[in-house]
Amino acid sequence: MLRLILIDILEGTKISLKSLTENKIRSVLTTLGIIIGIVAVTTMSTAIVGLENSFTESISRLGNDVLFIDKFEWFNTTDFREARNRKDIDLDQFEKLKKSFSQKAYFSPLKRTFGRTVKYKSKSVTAGMILGTSNYYEKTSSSIPEKGRYFTEMEYEANRNVCVIGKDIASGLFDKDDPLNKHIKLNNTKVEVIGVLEKQGGGLFGGNTLDGQIILPLRVYEKITGDKKGYMRIDVKLNDIRQVEDAKAEIRYLMRLIRKVPLDQPDDFAINQQEMFRRMYDQTIGVVATAGIVITALSLFVGAIGIMNIMFVSVTERTREIGIRKAIGAKRWTILIQFLIEAAILCLLGGSIGILISFPLSLVINQFLPTAMPLNIVLLSLSVSALVGIVSGMLPAIKASKMDPVEALRYE
Amino acid sequence: MNIITIEHISKIYQVGSEEVRALSDVSLNINKNEYVAIMGPSGSGKSTLMNMLGCLDTPSGGIYDFKGKNVSLMDDNQLATIRNKEIGFVFQTFNLLPRSDALHNVELPLIYAGVPTAERRDRAREALISVGLEDRITHRPNELSGGQRQRVAVARALVTNPSIILADEPTGNLDSKTGEDIMSLFNIIYEKGNTIILVTHEEYIANHAARVIRLKDGFVEKDYQVSDRYVPVNNNSSL
Repeated sequence: MLRLILIDILEGTKISLKSLTENKIRSVLTTLGIIIGIVAVTTMSTAIVGLENSFTESISRLGNDVLFIDKFEWFNTTDFREARNRKDIDLDQFEKLKKSFSQKAYFSPLKRTFGRTVKYKSKSVTAGMILGTSNYYEKTSSSIPEKGRYFTEMEYEANRNVCVIGKDIASGLFDKDDPLNKHIKLNNTKVEVIGVLEKQGGGLFGGNTLDGQIILPLRVYEKITGDKKGYMRIDVKLNDIRQVEDAKAEIRYLMRLIRKVPLDQPDDFAINQQEMFRRMYDQTIGVVATAGIVITALSLFVGAIGIMNIMFVSVTERTREIGIRKAIGAKRWTILIQFLIEAAILCLLGGSIGILISFPLSLVINQFLPTAMPLNIVLLSLSVSALVGIVSGMLPAIKASKMDPVEALRYE
Repeated sequence: MNIITIEHISKIYQVGSEEVRALSDVSLNINKNEYVAIMGPSGSGKSTLMNMLGCLDTPSGGIYDFKGKNVSLMDDNQLATIRNKEIGFVFQTFNLLPRSDALHNVELPLIYAGVPTAERRDRAREALISVGLEDRITHRPNELSGGQRQRVAVARALVTNPSIILADEPTGNLDSKTGEDIMSLFNIIYEKGNTIILVTHEEYIANHAARVIRLKDGFVEKDYQVSDRYVPVNNNSSL
């Protein structure tokens, strides 16, 4: 029995190849629909995977055990104008919170400003972001110097003019030279470079900004930028991620106390988490991905209709051949499999060509989003195209297999 | 030995709302190594009877017994198996696969019978040689003359060693000289012990057979042995 099936499949493949090569233009045009469909679907999936990778890479920098105490909610539930009028968090509040908090944790204050010019000798670049913070920022931000080191607690307390710079600043000002122990100029103040951060790469939000950042001890930052009063954030890295809910409750309680929020008033600050990005992202990308896949799948569907159409034509054209085959002993199954194989070959051909086209496309996408066409997408789209072939070939093949040999032999 | 026994078979087609009685009541036996011609004017039901005998169609009523098996009750796939193993068809219009060469055309029934590749190549080649086409094995039908095409069809019919050869107007598309060659081929096949059923409306073709069954309006009008059967001279080199 198995042998007979194998013979049927082998013979069906031979017949299909013969028929497909004898109708070259028709085969190519029919396949084109599948090619376009597969290119669309694989490119879209690759882009979505890339977006996902890029996002995960970006938010992993925030760390999921870090709380960001900010006067703004990152994903606004309150009116932005109301939030803007809240009083800023300041160093005093930071110190109080740090002292009162009962869990083990790292605290760093954070102030920032954007787009300042920084000079070294005759060269100058625009710094994407200048941060003022404490030595614990190394812990709360998990950004590790590739060369040199972070400033120490002593340097922070003593307001030493030292800084850690991003990769782009280093290459912009020093080219191939070693930046360590060189003095760069910020607003005419000399600051010594003591560390260079490793490359953060292009993320969704501000990978380039991160590579263009300069990190200073908080008071040095205030002195250089003149940003004494403005916006400040407190980053808290928890020691134990399982305590995150307790920590949030405690911080909320402490901050209300520190900021003297009356009992009947809502919080005038927010405790933000990376998780909120994830939730926001999942919602947005979920819609985008679904829409993208549905639309591209439609083009594959149109291709499938093309296959079905051409298979019906093929069955009608070969009515007499089917009659001959049945007269000399072909069973229903044999005829069925012959046409199914023909449809599947058409689609597999389309799928393979589609992958050959979309692979270089994925390399192009890779310039913007970190992705490579995953092997499972290749395998999946090949199976999908074979399946499309079998499904769209099914009706024509059933029609062929059920033909009455007497009628079919009489067909002109 | 009895190969075919038909008892009171009928065939009724539904054409729109009307019933068309193609066969009313036909009974006959065909034994091994008989050479039977089925004759009749058009509309006599001879095509229907041939489809019946060839297991291409099943009767509406009556019993068709093929070597002890009741064909009337068979489904499509069982009929296909009977056609494949027991019946060799020769058609008026040859019915070869146009895109396949002679060898592949002759191989086809063996493929469906599941014969291994090497064996079926050999058997197909032998069959082609036996009908005198040893130098046309790789030719496609459009590279062959009418007579050669019909020889390929005969080789295809013989290759499975079937119980009966069923030939439907085998000379209808051939000139008389070529037709005579084919008839002489059938004579040799018959003399080698095969059973041949010939459907024709030409008296001189029917004269080659040893027995004639005449149909009229869906009934058997006459069924008789031919006393002075015409035996063609053997101008086939092989077989």
